[in-house]
Amino acid sequence: MGKFSNEELLKKISDQFSDQVSVIGEPFGLLTLETGREQIIDVLAFLKNDPTLQFIFLTDITAIHYPEQEKQIGVIYHLHSLVNNVRVRIKVFLADGDVHIPTATTLWNGANWMERETYDFFGVLFDGHPDLRRILNVDDMTAFPMRKEFPLEDPNRVDKKDYFFGR
Amino acid sequence: MQNHPVYTDNDPQNELSTLNLGPTHPATHGVFQNVLQLDGERIVSGVSTIGYIHRAFEKIAEHRPFYQITPLTDRLNYCSSPINNMGWHMTVEKLLGIETPKRVDYLRVIVMELARISDHIICNGVLGVDTGAFTGFLYMMEHREAIYEIYEEVCGSRLTTNIGRIGGFERNFNAIAFGKLRKFLKDFPVTLKEFESLFNRNRIFVDRTKDVAAVTAEEALSYSWTGPLLRAAGVDYDVRAMNPYSSYEEFDFEVPVGTNGDVYNRFLVRNEEMWQSLRIIEQALVKLEKEPADIFHADVPEFYLPPKEEVYNNMEALIYHFKIVMGEVPTPTTEVYHSVEGANGELGFYLVNDGGRSPYRLHFRRPSFINYQMYAPMSRGMLLSDAIINMSSLNVIAGELDA
Repeated sequence: MGKFSNEELLKKISDQFSDQVSVIGEPFGLLTLETGREQIIDVLAFLKNDPTLQFIFLTDITAIHYPEQEKQIGVIYHLHSLVNNVRVRIKVFLADGDVHIPTATTLWNGANWMERETYDFFGVLFDGHPDLRRILNVDDMTAFPMRKEFPLEDPNRVDKKDYFFGR
Repeated sequence: MQNHPVYTDNDPQNELSTLNLGPTHPATHGVFQNVLQLDGERIVSGVSTIGYIHRAFEKIAEHRPFYQITPLTDRLNYCSSPINNMGWHMTVEKLLGIETPKRVDYLRVIVMELARISDHIICNGVLGVDTGAFTGFLYMMEHREAIYEIYEEVCGSRLTTNIGRIGGFERNFNAIAFGKLRKFLKDFPVTLKEFESLFNRNRIFVDRTKDVAAVTAEEALSYSWTGPLLRAAGVDYDVRAMNPYSSYEEFDFEVPVGTNGDVYNRFLVRNEEMWQSLRIIEQALVKLEKEPADIFHADVPEFYLPPKEEVYNNMEALIYHFKIVMGEVPTPTTEVYHSVEGANGELGFYLVNDGGRSPYRLHFRRPSFINYQMYAPMSRGMLLSDAIINMSSLNVIAGELDA
């Protein structure tokens, strides 16, 4: 267990950012917050640099796609305060067609490839990223494969049609 | 990281050569490409390209029920696939709120520590090979084989084990498996000791590895390093100690920490971790004796995949088998992040579930992917031969890098 509870963490954040940060929930004890892209770097920097919180470790950056929502693309940050052993999850939702968000590489060097991977899969544009290119897929790919509208199988494939299998 | 002057195109001194290190170079342990600019033998700059075996596991996982994701996790870090398996099943158990019996926890600890040993055997053995010492590698490989034979006894396969189930194991550990485990615990320390005496004060090995690719704790943290690499740099972070899972809090072990963060320190940390793993396995065997010997899974028929012989002979088992495989059992709508200490560092599973047949989104936090991104920046100013040794000390597994 950590050295401060989720309530104390939440109080510190809401003192600093008041209504700009909202709580989504606390699934399995991991405090989950939502904020906007205007605040995200300030929030991350505050969490990292605050002398009591010390979320110095960026565990992960990834994204998620909800096609039915108005703000379709969610960017998700997992931070870990190694000193206090508390984790926190922060989400930022972006509307499709306006998927810009400032880069976290200004705070952590390790964000570089995580953001490239997120761009590669979801097309999230991290403004100010030093080298925003595809990382796992080929450079000339045009789609963003982890979005829900991108099918798992290539629709043009003919060798997997049902009638070849008696269906 | 050292700084080296970067020449411009018009510089009269600019006589750089370009070297493609990889994608299939014998020294790169997998399909990684690094385009290096060399000034003589010194690296001026480098660009890493990955993705040569990208298999879209996260996308495939969105279309499969939980059990069918197990073989995908096997193929992340194939040098220690049981850890991936266990990590995945523990994530699902956390999501479904399943409590596992103590005996399952201890058996899992045994299998995970064996996997860690087999992973470190390869990494440290190959590090020896890269510095020109083949003997140590051969000595150690024999014992990786012994570990694979234990897996074989437990689940029938060796490399991509598919060993876990939600709630426990597919079958119980038999007496032969325990016999092989005890033989391994007797034989391996002798070899490990020999291996250490072969390298630890070996003049050539120490000269080739000491102060090579030294990383400070700040740099390592900034690049989100985990595992032996971070600990070699002096940061005492081990998921097993900090966020214990699978009853690790009951075990008595130390987290080895290095001082310098160089290749030599990483080698020492991994060696020490193998000793600690042996210690944990010994303790787990003692704890196992107090538990009933016939329990090897939690009593959750709606999620635990029944063994094949039951499916063939028992109607109820057949129904459950069908419902589980088709993903008909309702699951909660929530999200969960669970991490285990993989052989390379924190292996995290971020699972967003919407109650459907398969996860809505599954993200693997793969330690190799995150550790490897420092390779090109830190190679700047390094000799080419040092960069090779640095790569083997990072222990990058191509399957985990690409996913």
